Amino acid sequence: MDRFEYIDARLFEGENYLKRDKNVKIYDGEDKTQFTDGEVVLTTHRILWGKPGDIPKGLTCLALHLYYVFCLEEESGGVFGLGGPKRIILHLGPALPGKRPGPAVVSPFHFVKFSFKDGIDPAFYKALTEAVAAKAWERTSTAVSPVSAGSPSSSHKPIVPVNSKMRSGIVGIERSIEEQHRATDESITVAFKDLTKLMEKAKEMVAISKNISTKIREKQGDISEDDTIRFKSYLMSLGIDDPVTRDAFRSDSEYYMGLAQQISDMMVAVLMDCGGIMSLADVWCRVNRARGLELISPEDLLNACKLLQTIGAPMSLRKFPSGACVLQLNSNRDEEVAKTTSNLLEENGFLTPEKLSQIASVSVLLARERLFTTERLGFACRDESIEGLAFYPNRFLNA
Amino acid sequence: MAEISWPWQYNFPPFFTIQPHTETRTKQLEAWQGLITDYLKATKQSTIDVRESQNSPLFNNGTINRKLSQEAIVTVLEHMAKSGRASPLDKSKNVWEVYWHSLDEWGNMIYSWACDNGLNNSVCTLFELREGEDSADQEFHGLDMNILIKALKTLEMKGRCEVMDFEDNQGVKFI
Repeated sequence: MDRFEYIDARLFEGENYLKRDKNVKIYDGEDKTQFTDGEVVLTTHRILWGKPGDIPKGLTCLALHLYYVFCLEEESGGVFGLGGPKRIILHLGPALPGKRPGPAVVSPFHFVKFSFKDGIDPAFYKALTEAVAAKAWERTSTAVSPVSAGSPSSSHKPIVPVNSKMRSGIVGIERSIEEQHRATDESITVAFKDLTKLMEKAKEMVAISKNISTKIREKQGDISEDDTIRFKSYLMSLGIDDPVTRDAFRSDSEYYMGLAQQISDMMVAVLMDCGGIMSLADVWCRVNRARGLELISPEDLLNACKLLQTIGAPMSLRKFPSGACVLQLNSNRDEEVAKTTSNLLEENGFLTPEKLSQIASVSVLLARERLFTTERLGFACRDESIEGLAFYPNRFLNA
Repeated sequence: MAEISWPWQYNFPPFFTIQPHTETRTKQLEAWQGLITDYLKATKQSTIDVRESQNSPLFNNGTINRKLSQEAIVTVLEHMAKSGRASPLDKSKNVWEVYWHSLDEWGNMIYSWACDNGLNNSVCTLFELREGEDSADQEFHGLDMNILIKALKTLEMKGRCEVMDFEDNQGVKFI
C-alpha cells in the first residue's frame, strides 16, 4: 500500500487511457483497506483509483505506477470457487525514494489486490498485463521530459526505477540469477574469442619459427651471429608442432621412416653446434625434449636412426669399434676429426679423453672415440701407463 | 757402464707403449731396435734376459716414470729377430742374443778385414780375432764368442772360410 500516492486524476504527457472498471476494492496484501467500491482507471503508466465520479472530475485519487508491478496474477474467487476469479494480485517492487505521499508510509506486504465485485473483466486483465509488459514509461520518460521541463506537470514526471536489482521476492532472485547467467555467458564467449585468437597466433608463431630455422640452416648473411644464437634458443623451446606418432602409421617401417625424417630435420642444427657428432643417448634426450609429450623409446630411436641413410639424411648412425653408437653428420669425416684433434694435441702436448672432453665440450666417450679415430689415421700415439690412457702427437711418423 | 746418448724417443712416453697403429708401430720398433743395439754396444753386452731387463735403464726410464713391459720387450725382440738382429736362446723366449749387426754383416766385416790384412789362406785363432792387436780398431773386437762363431759359420756356409777345432781352442782359415 506504501507504493500508492495521492495525485490529481490527470494524465501525464504521453500517458494514454486504456480501460476502466467499477466496484473495485483494494487490499493491502491480505488486509482490507478503506478503499472500497471505487472506480479503477488503467492507463499506460498507472492504475488510478478513486471514489465513483471523482476521476472524471479530475479530483484527487490514488495512483499506482505500473513500474512497481513486476508480476500479476488472478486469484480464484470465493471459498467454493464460484463465479470465476474476482481478484488481481499485483506483486510490487520496493518503494522508490522521491515518491509522492500516499495513504500508507510503510507496509509489511509486497503485493496488493484489486477485488472486482462483478468479477474480473478479461479485457481489463489483458490490458493490464500488456501495459505492464509494454513499459511505456521507459520510452516516454526520456522522450517527454525535455518538453515538459517548463510545465507545472514536470514534477509529476514518472520516476523510473533505476536499479532493478533492488527488486526482491522469488521472482527478483530468479531475475538476478538470470542476469548472472547472461553475464557469465558473455564473459565465456569473450574468453573463447581470445583463445581462438591465441590459436591463430600460435599458427603464425610456428610458421615464423620454421622460416627462421630454414634461414639459419642456409646461413644467409642477413642474420648476425647473436641473432642466430637467440633464435636457436627460441626454436629449442618451441619444440615440434607435429610429433610423428606410431598411431599415424600403418606399419612399423613407415613409422620409423617418418621418425627418421623428423630426427634428421631437428638434429641438423643441433649437431652442427656440437661439432657434428653426438652420442645416441644425448640424441634421445634431445628428441624427446622437443617432442614434449609423445615420447619415443630408445629402441624406436635406434631403429629410426638405422634408416637415416636410406632416406638420404645429411647424417648417419655410426657404431665405433668400441660399440658406442653416435649420430654423425656426413660432413663430419674422420679426416676432419683427426685433423682438429691432432691440432689440439699439438697445442696441449698430450690429451687424455677426459681432458679433450672438457676442451671440445663433448662427452668423455666421444672424446675417447675421437682420439681413437685420430690414432687410427696415424695422427696420434698412445701412452698406456698406471696413470691411465693418454694420447700424444705422433712424433714417430712426423718427427 | 758406458753412457750413451739417449734418443728423443726415450723421453717420449708413448715410446713405452706398443702402438696399435701399424705404421706407427713399425717406426717405434725400429727406434727400439736402434736404441737396444746402441745400448748393448756401449755396455758391451750381447744378451738380454727379459725377466731381469726391466731393471735396466734401457727399458726403464725413471725420469718420466715409464717402463717397457715384458710382453712389449718380447715384441720388440721378435721384431728384431725378423731382420736377423736377435734370436731367442731358449724356447720360453726369456733370454735373447742381440746382434749389433746381423750375423751376415759380421761375417762380411771379418772377411773384408782378413782380406785387407793379407790373411787369406792362413789360419788364425778366434782369440786373435777378438783380442788381437791387429783387430783392436775393429768393431768385432771383443765380440761375444758365441756370436763370433755364429758369424763365422755363416761365412763358412758361403765358402769364404773354414772353422777348425783345435784341442781347447778354435781357429778359422780364410779362403
